[in-house]
Formats: sequence, structure tokens, C-alpha cells
Amino acid sequence: MSMAGLKVLAAAAVSATLLHVEATRAEETVAPDLLVKNVTLEVVEIVKADKDIQAGDRRKVIALIETRVLPHFNFSTMTATAVGANWGKATPEQKTRLIEEFRTLVVRTYASSIAAYKNQKFDFRPLRARPADTDVTVQVRVLQSGAAPVKIEYDMEKTARGWKVWDVRVADISLTATYRTEFANVVRESGIEGLIGTLRVKNGAAADQAPVAGRG
Amino acid sequence: MNLAATVAQIRVGVLARGMLATLLVALAAGCATTNGGDGRDPLEGFNRSMYAFNDAFDEAIGKPVASAYKTAIPDPIRVWVRNFFANLGDVFIGANNLLQGKPAEAVNDWARFAFNSTFGLLGINDVASEIGLEKHNEDFGQTFGRWGAGDGAYLVWPFLGPSTVRDTAGTVFDFYFDPVGRHKPTDPRTFAIVLRATSQRADLLDASRILEEAALDRYIFQRDAYLQRRRGLIYDGNPPRDPHSWRTREEPQAAGEPAPAKVSDRLFEDPAAPVAAPEKRASNGYEPREPSNYPAVLAASSAGH
Repeated sequence: MSMAGLKVLAAAAVSATLLHVEATRAEETVAPDLLVKNVTLEVVEIVKADKDIQAGDRRKVIALIETRVLPHFNFSTMTATAVGANWGKATPEQKTRLIEEFRTLVVRTYASSIAAYKNQKFDFRPLRARPADTDVTVQVRVLQSGAAPVKIEYDMEKTARGWKVWDVRVADISLTATYRTEFANVVRESGIEGLIGTLRVKNGAAADQAPVAGRG
Repeated sequence: MNLAATVAQIRVGVLARGMLATLLVALAAGCATTNGGDGRDPLEGFNRSMYAFNDAFDEAIGKPVASAYKTAIPDPIRVWVRNFFANLGDVFIGANNLLQGKPAEAVNDWARFAFNSTFGLLGINDVASEIGLEKHNEDFGQTFGRWGAGDGAYLVWPFLGPSTVRDTAGTVFDFYFDPVGRHKPTDPRTFAIVLRATSQRADLLDASRILEEAALDRYIFQRDAYLQRRRGLIYDGNPPRDPHSWRTREEPQAAGEPAPAKVSDRLFEDPAAPVAAPEKRASNGYEPREPSNYPAVLAASSAGH
């Protein structure tokens, strides 16, 4: 290979590394409210532009969530919070499986919410926080005609890999709090293994369902 | 309209018999105590029977009618229907805001009614929202909550669904003052009540499908969601965090998270900042917690109202 070719390769490698570093740094420093806004608008744009998603292509919706939304969620904290006091009873291996099943459940729920989206407008509330805060609530309101705005709140924590969502509240209904009673009941009756099994069955059943019509 | 009235009459007949049967079953089931019951739901046996009844009714009539309505009626017309009934509701939403000591909100609601009834063509267009007069969500149950009444036991009523002792009292007043229910000629009234119920059910089709997909036990999911929602509404969307919003701390190893706090990161931090955070993080406790900006969020939201 010629010298010039090597130089180009080296330059490409360096710039790729720089880009990667740049991207990582950018992800770490994006403010939580901006992150929520960017991801929301990005997902909405993709949904609006994609005829398959509008027609109810569930695989595509799930792929969209996996790539664009989930990287910003901290599922270990979220699962631990939903399981609550019983979390300490689970072995590390059980925790891993619980997180995996809960993640799948949340993805399916999220997919249905996206299918239900129809051109509502968003009102991104300015973040009220001190620069040193590592734990914040970000508010977004969904505006609609003939009804009071629906508030969505993201509880986010600062981690080494940027801000991560660990609870979502829609109209004051918390995702983790709503699952907590259910999970506690299952654990009381059939233990941590029972809960993992119940979640697996639930996820399997949801996967078998026919694609949801995207039309509202 | 005669058709609607006939349908309603048939419906009531079927329902009366269904209700009687369900009540008998419920009474029998209610005697059996449920293990590990929730303190907020002492009548879980009865409530579950009512839930099952409502669910069956919804599967048989509510959902099919609402789906047909959604398919048959074009989107803009359904919006008009929703807005029309929402506009009538604003009068007593304003009254409830006044009763709750929020005159500015009450004026907002009545201004909405005035604008939408005129410029919005009898309320079918929500022009008030477009000029910044936001719709509120108030009812007598919330007013009683604002006055200090607790939830009381959770209750599920046939057709009406989730409620509590306090909200049931509120619903009695809501019904009494409901302008649609008070309308004199009975035929249009029945038609209006059925149309409103259909419109509201149609708006909830997506939500109910999400509920079905999300919940392990739909009864408990609905109950816990309802109680959280009502709490939020009583505080106008800014409830103080309750013990149910606890978070479980995860130890970094099990989470697969790289340990935070590199020395280089610390250089840019205030040296006086507490370094206690990593220790706290290592514990696997179950601790009440609210994001540190939450009081500020509350203050900002209330001020912006």
C-alpha cells in the first residue's frame, strides 16, 4: 500500500476516534431537559416520516425504541424500584433476568404508546435545577384539544454515561409505583422466580399478539 | 333518537338483571377475605366482582360501540363531539375551582366557556386553548379532597368504574349538576348521554389497550393508577411525593454500571460538595427519595398556573 494510502487510513482512523470521543462527551454533557426534548422530537419525526410505523409495524416501532429511547433509560434502577423491598432477596443472577424481562415489558408498553400518538403538540418545560444536581425531574406536557394537558415527567439521574431515566410518570401515574403492588403480590405468592416466570409469560403473550393498528 | 332510546332501554333491562346477578356473586365473594390485601382496598372481593362485571360489559358493548364510532365517524367530527361536551363541563369545573379557593382558575374556566360557546360555535371548537386558556380537570371529588377529605376505601361501581368513598360522594354531586343529565326532553338527553359515553370510551381505546398490555393483574394496575391519578388531580398535578415514589438504590456492581466519580471529573466540582454520595450509592436500601429539584419544579408549576 502506498504511503499516501496509509496516511489517508491513519487520518480516517484518527478522525473516527475523535468523532467517537466527541460523541461520547456530547452524550455525557447534554442537559437532561435537552436530552428529553431531543429524543422526543427525534422519535416523533421518525414516526411521522415512516409509513410502516404508521401502519402499525410493531417490529419497526420496537427497533426505533431500542435504538433511540432505551439507551437513555437506566433499567437496573427502574427494575429495582419497581420490585421494591423484595429486590434485596434476589440473587445477582435473578436481578439480571428480572431487569431483562422488565425491560421487555416496558418496551412493549412504550410501543403501544407510540402507536397511539397522533400529532399532539409538546410543551417542554424549562428545567428547574442547580448545576450540581444529579437527580432531577424533567417535565413535558402533551397538549390536546378539548382536554386538559397531560403531564409526563421523567425522573433522571446523572451517571458516568450521561443522564438516565429511572421512572416515568404520566398524569402523575408512576410506572414503577404502579408495578410495585403487583410485583409484591407475585413475590409473596411464588417468590422471585415466580415473578420472573410471570413476566416471561406476559412478555411471550404480548409478543404473540397481532400487530397493533397504528391508525387512531 | 328513538333508536338510541330503545337501545338505552334494552341496555338498562339487561344491565339490571346482570347487576343483580353480579351483586349476589359479589356479596358471596366479598365475604371471603383476600390474603395480603391492601389497606386502601378493604372491599377487594366486592370490587373485583364489579371490575369483572364492568370488564364483561365493556368487552360486549363498550369497546365494540366505541370502536365502531371511531371507525365510522371522521376524526374532525369526533373532535367536535368531544369539545362540545368538554365545553359544557367547563361551567362546573369553574365552580369547583371557585369552591377550592382558586378564583383565577375559575375565571379561566368560565372565560373558556364564553369563548368556546360563541367563537367556538357552541363549543365544538376549542378556540380558548389556542389563545392560551388551558382546560382544567376538576370535579366535586377533587374539591372534597382539597377540603381535606381522605380517599376512604377504594370502590368499583358498575359502569362507572374505579372510585373511592370520597369520589363517590363527589360523583353524586357531579351527576346532580350535570347539564346533560338535567336536559328536559328525555329523548335528546338519552342520545346525548349515550353519545358522550361513547365519545369518552373511544378516547380511551388506546389507553385501555396499553393497560391490557402493561398489567400483570389489570385490577391492581387500574386501582393503583387510579389512586395515584386522583392524588395528582387533587394537588393539580403537583402532588408532594408520597412513600410510593420510593426508589430502590442499586449497588454499582450488580447494575453493571461503571463506578462513577473519576478523579478527573471531581476536579471541576465544588470541593465543598458532599463526597458522601458514593457511600450512599453502595447501600442496597429502600429509601424514600425525590429528585433534588422537585420542590423547585412544584413551585414553578404552581406559579405558572
